[in-house]
Amino acid sequence: MVLEVRGLSKRYGSGVVALDGVDVDVAEGELVGLLGPNGAGKSTLVKICCGLVRPSGGTAVVAGAPAGSAVARASLGYLAELFRFPGWASGDEVLALHQRLSGSQGGAAERAELLELVGLGEARGRRVETMSKGMQQRLGLAQALVGRPRLLLLDEPTSALDPVGRRLVREVLVELRRRGQSVLLNSHLLSEIELVCDRVVIVNRGSVVTRGRPEDLARPRGVEVETAAGTRLFEGSAREEAPRIVADLVAAGEQVYGVRVLRSTLEDVYVEAVS
Amino acid sequence: MSGALVVAQHAVRESLRRRVFVVVLVLSVVFLGLYTWGAAELFDDVDSFGGNEFGVEPDTLAGATILGLAMFAILFLGAVLATFLTIGAVRGDAERGLLQPVIVRPLGRFAYLAGRLLAAAAVSGAYVVALYGACVVVTGLLGWWPDRLVAPALCLAGAAVVVAALSLLGSAVLSTTANGIAVFMTLGAGLTAGLLGQIGEALDSRTLDRIADIGSWLLPFEALYQHGLSRLTADVEGTTAAIVNLGPFGGAQEASLALWPFAVAYVAAVVALTAWSFARRDL
Repeated sequence: MVLEVRGLSKRYGSGVVALDGVDVDVAEGELVGLLGPNGAGKSTLVKICCGLVRPSGGTAVVAGAPAGSAVARASLGYLAELFRFPGWASGDEVLALHQRLSGSQGGAAERAELLELVGLGEARGRRVETMSKGMQQRLGLAQALVGRPRLLLLDEPTSALDPVGRRLVREVLVELRRRGQSVLLNSHLLSEIELVCDRVVIVNRGSVVTRGRPEDLARPRGVEVETAAGTRLFEGSAREEAPRIVADLVAAGEQVYGVRVLRSTLEDVYVEAVS
Repeated sequence: MSGALVVAQHAVRESLRRRVFVVVLVLSVVFLGLYTWGAAELFDDVDSFGGNEFGVEPDTLAGATILGLAMFAILFLGAVLATFLTIGAVRGDAERGLLQPVIVRPLGRFAYLAGRLLAAAAVSGAYVVALYGACVVVTGLLGWWPDRLVAPALCLAGAAVVVAALSLLGSAVLSTTANGIAVFMTLGAGLTAGLLGQIGEALDSRTLDRIADIGSWLLPFEALYQHGLSRLTADVEGTTAAIVNLGPFGGAQEASLALWPFAVAYVAAVVALTAWSFARRDL
């Protein structure tokens, strides 16, 4: 495991419990989606893994080292939900700074590759203050990738992006998985998580309420059959029952024009879990 | 390159790119021009005094007073520079989202603080030394050289470093605006304590002396400044020395040998306190 979180809790001074005994694992080369409503504790979890926030209890281990230690921080890349780069610096200078801070030996070639990867190849000399929010977010993603970290912690990486930008980020995530890098992706965009993540963890009020593979979480909702008399829904029926349902309808003299097996979406699972 | 040096280099580069140094340079040139003009007028005036029955050395009196005034202004400018380079180093940068991407890198929070202090100390220290040097040369060419050249420069640089350390500490616990107010009120309090000490010396008031002593220990930038001032006229004696010591900007108290070790320990303690506070802060 590149990230092992056990019994993690965080209680702020004001008495607010942000996390209450959370367990999360991210395996080598795995893409895990972290879902939950606002205030569920997702960002706190990510920040503890980065060493930005001190836990009240439990443990978080990154690449075999306690979260927050130099070894752990050297193994991860982080894109904060709210971040800013110095407006006076160019995209290339931002990456150069993070190369020096992370000890990356990639030099200009790595910077050019990363900027190209996030679609900022043409904007490498452009000052951050002249970039759009979306461009800055893509630059943030490139920054997180400096030094080819084993684990990426991405907190809402597409919140400022247009649909084209979101697709680009999805492609980057797929590419990262191909390279064997692990990602913990905190996002509100369920469709995004569903499309790229190997596993999903849903957090609500500081606790994990559901976890699993997106396809496993989606349960059968029934079989919908289009007949001459109209559309009929056989609630709770599974895919395996569709032939029998159709046979029974035909035997009863119904004319069947179409059959659709219904499954709950990740959105259904999410809404049910956090309600 | 160590993380602290990378952070320091980045901070200096930011100042260069944001044209902080250009503004400082332009204002310093203006200050130097006004200083040269004022000093020239002053030396012309005292030359017309001629000899006097009290044994006062007019050039020494004029030079020590105007250079002392310049040291006060240089300390203020150095403090402004040191403060603005550190004023939002922790909470300010964290609130703006600038700090998190940097601090997550494996350099560590202490290295970050060390880098920010290093940059502020190097820039403000070098600035006060350069400006003081320019004022000394101007004063010397116009008619008076101070008794000690290096010690006042080092004292000014030390005072700027102390102010930078205090501002860095403030940045870990206060918002940027509150920190700016706190640092300049502290600076004012320190300098006021120094002035009270001089008044106490003149009036032979033990209470005022004690207030000044406590102020100097609590805020050693003031003691460093006063010691630097005293070195300007270290060898001046008699009536001239008495008059110079009466002036709020030209006079000063010589510090004990413990001043420099205490100032170093003080800065180390302030940095340690800042690091402790920063380490406990959730970002």
